[in-house]
Amino acid sequence: MILQVEGVGKRFGGLQALSDVTFDLPEGQILGLIGPNGAGKTTLFNCISGVYEPTDGRVTFRGEDVTGSKPYLMARRGMARTHQIVRPLNELSVRENVIVGACFGRENHRLPAAGDIADEVLEFVRLADRSDQLAGSLNVGQKKRLEMARALAARPYLLLLDEVLAGLNPSEIVMMVEIVKRIRTERNVTIIMIEHVMHAVMNVSDRLLVLDYGRQIAEGTPEEVANNEKVIEAYLGDPKLAERLMTG
Amino acid sequence: MSTVRKYLGLIVTIGVLLMLVAWPAITGKDITRETTFTILLSVALASSLNILLGYTGYVSFGHVVFFGLGGYVGFYLMSAQGMSLWISMLAGGVSAGVLAFLLGKAILRLRGGYFALATIGINEAMRAFINNFEPFGGPTGMTLNFSVYRDYGGAGQALWLSYYVLAALTFIVLIVSYLVRTSKFGLGLLAIREDEDAAEVMGVNAPNVKTWAYVLSAIIPGMLGVLFFFKNGSIEPAPAFRLHFSIEMIVMVMLGGQGTVLGPILGAYGYQSLRGFLLTSPIFKDIQLAVAGVLLLVIVLFVPAGVVGWLRQRVPVLRRALQ
Ligand SMILES: Nc1ncnc2c1ncn2[C@@H]1O[C@H](COP(=O)(O)OP(=O)(O)OP(=O)(O)O)[C@@H](O)[C@H]1O
Ligand SMILES: [Mg+2]
Repeated sequence: MILQVEGVGKRFGGLQALSDVTFDLPEGQILGLIGPNGAGKTTLFNCISGVYEPTDGRVTFRGEDVTGSKPYLMARRGMARTHQIVRPLNELSVRENVIVGACFGRENHRLPAAGDIADEVLEFVRLADRSDQLAGSLNVGQKKRLEMARALAARPYLLLLDEVLAGLNPSEIVMMVEIVKRIRTERNVTIIMIEHVMHAVMNVSDRLLVLDYGRQIAEGTPEEVANNEKVIEAYLGDPKLAERLMTG
Repeated sequence: MSTVRKYLGLIVTIGVLLMLVAWPAITGKDITRETTFTILLSVALASSLNILLGYTGYVSFGHVVFFGLGGYVGFYLMSAQGMSLWISMLAGGVSAGVLAFLLGKAILRLRGGYFALATIGINEAMRAFINNFEPFGGPTGMTLNFSVYRDYGGAGQALWLSYYVLAALTFIVLIVSYLVRTSKFGLGLLAIREDEDAAEVMGVNAPNVKTWAYVLSAIIPGMLGVLFFFKNGSIEPAPAFRLHFSIEMIVMVMLGGQGTVLGPILGAYGYQSLRGFLLTSPIFKDIQLAVAGVLLLVIVLFVPAGVVGWLRQRVPVLRRALQ
């Protein structure tokens, strides 16, 4: 298991944003994390990646208890993530943004080697032609790919993708889904992806985990989840929708 | 050719500084030397502050505390312990660095305005402490016995010596500034400046890196304090911890271009020229600080990138030459 989450909960003052989330993630899988707005998906990422310390429970990454660790230590250990609301380093060039990922990520590269990695990764996410532009000047779709590039440049074992498809147009979605699939096959990276674009996440994921009001209400293959009563009720709304999602 | 291109930014910066330094040496005039001394002091202080303010994005309003503390420690060693200027300067730099390290652990957790406020508080607290610290002479401070200058070839020679030592320190600051700007450590600082949380997620150990930036930005001001008060012959709490000096440093960094190597040189030169003009003008003489304040406001509102930043944005061909 690359990641084990046991009974993780997170409380913000009076709000229990996450309670008792438990799952195991085997190496090489893509786990889709879905749920309505405010369900606690991003909070779960924050608890796993060290941005927040969970109020309860335990997180184990590659056999090591990393509960409440710091984000920069998690990056070193081989966990990388993208942000739902993009966070480019605006006044740095696209290439420099990615170099930061390579320099301070798992492999801890020096600048010249990090530069080579940045070029390779930018090519991979098809941003190579934007290398020298300031990151702040990219459009939303490009910024999402920049987030992806920075995370990949860290050469992570586990990649947490927070709504990388949100705000993209249909052709960009196709491109991004392609990239996600290639990351798994070519780079051997385990992925958890939060996604609202159902057909994409159903299509890409090996397994799905469904959160609702901070609780884990279902887990299983895309077919199982799409036919789960609770999920249909909480999230998918009507059973026909689920069927349509599965087929197309 | 390619090495020249690679280091063009550094070459331009050093060239500009060399011209500044050489001027009094060529003319040999005391008055020119004194004017240039003030400018070089500003360049060195502004460039040091730039490592924190420009690269890391943390505004230190009380940076003069390192100048004052270093100055006091060094001055004490020279006047009361009979140590040489060299040892005293080292001690001044080390004590400033140690203070920055301790402060870094304590207050660099604060963000934005809170950090700036804390730095002001620290400077005022330090001034109050020194004011009551008898070994350092309390409110009246300390003076150097005139005979001390004999070791440096007499008072007249000591002035020239101070000038050349200052020039050397300024070179060192600029080289350090350039090395930081182009290093992995510097990239971490820039990432923190742009978005500290995102930088941490990417693996930048922000608490550590910020502390080292703070230490680096404090050492040279500590050494400069020793040199300045050595040349001055006496030290008192008020001039050592003068808050408006800190604010002038910020104005200079912002004017020239925060986050660039060349910016603080141009900013310090520009600001000191302006100040020289204001001080001699009957109208502005008494309100030169107000003018500094207005200048800061105008820069922040209209040219936040400063002169060098503005040029880099507007004239892409200059990017390599202006760093
Ligand atoms: N730092 C915080 N302080 C207080 N409340 C928070 C904080 N972060 C998240 N929350 C709350 O926790 C709940 C879960 O938020 P979270 O962002 O994890 O949802 P999400 O599933 O990612 O939603 P979305 O699909 O809209 O991104 C929400 O009610 C949110 O308001
Ligand atoms: Mg979210």
